[in-house]
Amino acid sequence: MTGLLSAITFFPLIGVILVLLFAREGKAGDQLARQVSLYVTIVTFGLSLWAWIDFDATKSGFQFVENFAWLGGTIRYHVGVDGISLPFIILTAFLMPLCILASWTSIEMRVKEYMIAFLVLETLMIGVFAALDIVLFYLFFEGGLIPMFLIIGIWGGARRVYASFKFFLYTLLGSVLMLVAVMAMYVTAGTTDIPALMAYHFPKDMQNLLFLAFLASFAVKLPMWPVHTWLPDAHVEAPTAGSVILAGILLKMGGYGFLRFSLPMFPDASLYFAPMMFALSVIAIVYTSLVALMQEDIKKLIAYSSVAHMGFVTMGLFALNRQGVDGAVVQMISHGFVSAALFLCVGVIYDRMHTREIKAYGGLVNRMPLYAAVFMVFTMANVGLPGTSGFVGEFLALVGAFKANTTVALLATTGVILSACYALWLYWRVVFGELEKKTLVNIQDMNLRETVVMVPLVAATLFFGFYPKPIFDMTGAAVVATLENIDGKLKTAEAVAP
Amino acid sequence: MTFDIAQFNADFMAFLPEVVLACGAMVLLLVGVTAGDRRSALLTWGCVIVLAVVAALVATSSEGRVLAFGGTTIIDPFARFAKLLVLGGSAIALLMSIDYLRDEKLTRFEYPLLVTLATLGMMMMISANDLIVLYIGLELQSLSLYVLASFARDNARSTEAGLKYVVLGALSSGMLLYGASLIYGFTGTTSFEGIAQVIGQGGVGTGLMIGLVFVMAGLAFKVSAVPFHMWTPDVYEGSPTPVTAFFAAAPKIAAMALFLRVVFGPFAEAGAQWHQIVIFLSIASMLLGALAAIGQTNIKRLMAYSSIGHMGYALIGFAAGSQAGVQGVLIYLVIYMVMTIGTFLCILIMRRDGKAVEDISELAGLSERDPTTAYLLAILMFSLIGIPPLAGFWGKWFVFLAAIEAKLYVLAVIGFVTSVIGAYYYLRVIKIMFFDKPAAAFEKPLGSVNAAMLAASSAFVMFFVVAPAPLIDAASAAAKSLFP
Repeated sequence: MTGLLSAITFFPLIGVILVLLFAREGKAGDQLARQVSLYVTIVTFGLSLWAWIDFDATKSGFQFVENFAWLGGTIRYHVGVDGISLPFIILTAFLMPLCILASWTSIEMRVKEYMIAFLVLETLMIGVFAALDIVLFYLFFEGGLIPMFLIIGIWGGARRVYASFKFFLYTLLGSVLMLVAVMAMYVTAGTTDIPALMAYHFPKDMQNLLFLAFLASFAVKLPMWPVHTWLPDAHVEAPTAGSVILAGILLKMGGYGFLRFSLPMFPDASLYFAPMMFALSVIAIVYTSLVALMQEDIKKLIAYSSVAHMGFVTMGLFALNRQGVDGAVVQMISHGFVSAALFLCVGVIYDRMHTREIKAYGGLVNRMPLYAAVFMVFTMANVGLPGTSGFVGEFLALVGAFKANTTVALLATTGVILSACYALWLYWRVVFGELEKKTLVNIQDMNLRETVVMVPLVAATLFFGFYPKPIFDMTGAAVVATLENIDGKLKTAEAVAP
Repeated sequence: MTFDIAQFNADFMAFLPEVVLACGAMVLLLVGVTAGDRRSALLTWGCVIVLAVVAALVATSSEGRVLAFGGTTIIDPFARFAKLLVLGGSAIALLMSIDYLRDEKLTRFEYPLLVTLATLGMMMMISANDLIVLYIGLELQSLSLYVLASFARDNARSTEAGLKYVVLGALSSGMLLYGASLIYGFTGTTSFEGIAQVIGQGGVGTGLMIGLVFVMAGLAFKVSAVPFHMWTPDVYEGSPTPVTAFFAAAPKIAAMALFLRVVFGPFAEAGAQWHQIVIFLSIASMLLGALAAIGQTNIKRLMAYSSIGHMGYALIGFAAGSQAGVQGVLIYLVIYMVMTIGTFLCILIMRRDGKAVEDISELAGLSERDPTTAYLLAILMFSLIGIPPLAGFWGKWFVFLAAIEAKLYVLAVIGFVTSVIGAYYYLRVIKIMFFDKPAAAFEKPLGSVNAAMLAASSAFVMFFVVAPAPLIDAASAAAKSLFP
């Protein structure tokens, strides 16, 4: 159905308008804003599921395409999805209602603005994955900085100003270099259309420069070692839902960018830089896992573990084979559930105790059995235990890397062990043992709202852990087409520079 | 030479907007003298109406390229575009001033008239096709601006601003005049076509080169490009706020249009000579604009450095030296004008105990006291940084694209890096408004006219992305006429 994709993208803005028009000052208005946002995001999720049902997974091309004149020249409003972008749209729409629910009581100040920021952010994030014009992509990609900056800065923790500035400036610096590359591509290839650019074969020297410029942006966004330092700060200071969105969706934009732009548009450069990418991935996996071991702040620990998990994504992608790329995509989706859920788990105890220090907790299982069980599921998924979605992605990424470079796979496997160390140790320190701390005596288990937030995430993690086929069905054709496109280009001569 | 009445009629009709503006200003001057200062608000509305009528005349004047008064003035799509922009900026600056001047007890009937006369000068600058007309227009504009800068004559900072502006402005006018005389000396003509012809035949000799450099220095002063920017922070800070807004909006645009006209008209063939100068001006302006603004605490000074930086970005399109580049500059100027006017409207709200306050920290916690203004100002700040989908991004997009097309990669990369550095100080304003503890409330909300203009400018910034085509097409047509 045409128009469905734009409807998914811009539907949250209807919520913004409703909140602006009807939510008045005071408690009643705040409650209305929460409800409107929840319903709007649920409807958006429903629309995205409709797109999934209508989606023809056997075709590799773009579907639900809309193409209108927009900025003049070849810059058009062109959107569409294939098997690579659709799962991310569904993931975004899936996490959004959970974020709204998770913020239901923890955000009491400026509720309307908070909801508006999240709804705008949802539109921008879905737009990133739907855009088929690189200028349109950039618009959504960088536009997300505005709401995220405000979310961290207004509703964040004690060092929120530092964290929000660091997040904004880091990301912006990476993005502007990508913008230079976008302009150079436009001038060289004469188009900003993503399918057309995927078919265009840039000269090799130019590919290297373009690759590095895009890398600057995606490496910051993903984030890759050594430009990951904004992430722990941003995660720690952001409100729970902000961390969920950061870890769940925003990081994936980097991986998606590699898969959508860097690999198919600069295949020669991707091959040329693959060793470097492997090296950075392995450093990210091993080094940040070690760093995670030493953290005393729960959120920081999870943030570093995110960087390590994203290392698997880049490793899988640059293996440039079916298993690697499949693994990377599944890893990103699974990490979308797992890290989002882990931050929500932290949010649950943070809302009660207002501290994220590991030392402040211990023995929670005695008072919060339900919480302990949920947290266990996601800890195991974070470790990559078979039967959770985390296993599928990591395993495939490792298989892909093994086929491309055995040493890399060997080193990366140590990361799996390390992840078990930090994750299980964290779980042990927070949940197990005797309940010794006096402050924890009256702590309550998860209430109904928190349970409702967790149930879909537990279900998704376990379901895709045992039965990942729906994801592969959706992504398969597109991944194969992308890899064939890359192989084809690697075998033929590039276009001559004009 | 006999007097040809038909020719005179044609010239007169081509120049009708300027004639109407001049006559309107003089009639209103008579009204002002008789009615006195009490009626100055009414007079302001009168001036706005005159400007609107003139804008309508410009907009409906015949298409195409018309030379008038023996080829000394030119009316082409480029001139029309720039004139509409200048007229709009002046009218908005006038409307902005009504409340401010009343609150500051500065209601004098000269104010709207000086703005109107400055606008007349700007229109002549934009239409100049001869060095002498150029100079007359420039001086008519500048002399009005000098007086406006020191309009709060009992205020030491305002008089200081006016004095500085006069002294430095006179220096720049002197340089420009000196350059013009050299050009005349080496080409034997003051007409732009004549100069172009001489250069086309004989190239640019040393004398002509020196003349060009002096003229460019004079014009760079007017657009406040580094290293001719020294007056800007002081004048911006010292002048009454609506005057500062007017400085940022209209004269810069007129000066940039004139700059483009001079360089792409008579000196089109001398690209190798002016190209490097423009690149230098651009890089220096961007760097200084970004770095020097970081330490500012006064919001008007901050906007001064911001305007220096933004002129640097506009000069990127200029440096590209292509039609796409000029189109980019024009789009940039429109968007920049709207953003600055919006920002100055927000600055107007900063009043406490009957006085205007200008320290950025006074905005602390504005988002809790006056969320609407805070959010609109935040949107304008994000737009000044150049974050899509806001209008500021598209301004940058077109100039940088032109630079990449012209293979000026280094210039583009420097531009982007400075825009990231510049982001810091715009973010700081947002931070103070949103993340800091609230300071005491401001005296009163914006008046209805100003509030409406603020809403309009923010709406433009937000929704430009939805329908960008009209502006892009108009700028494209205007740029095309500069490359016959």
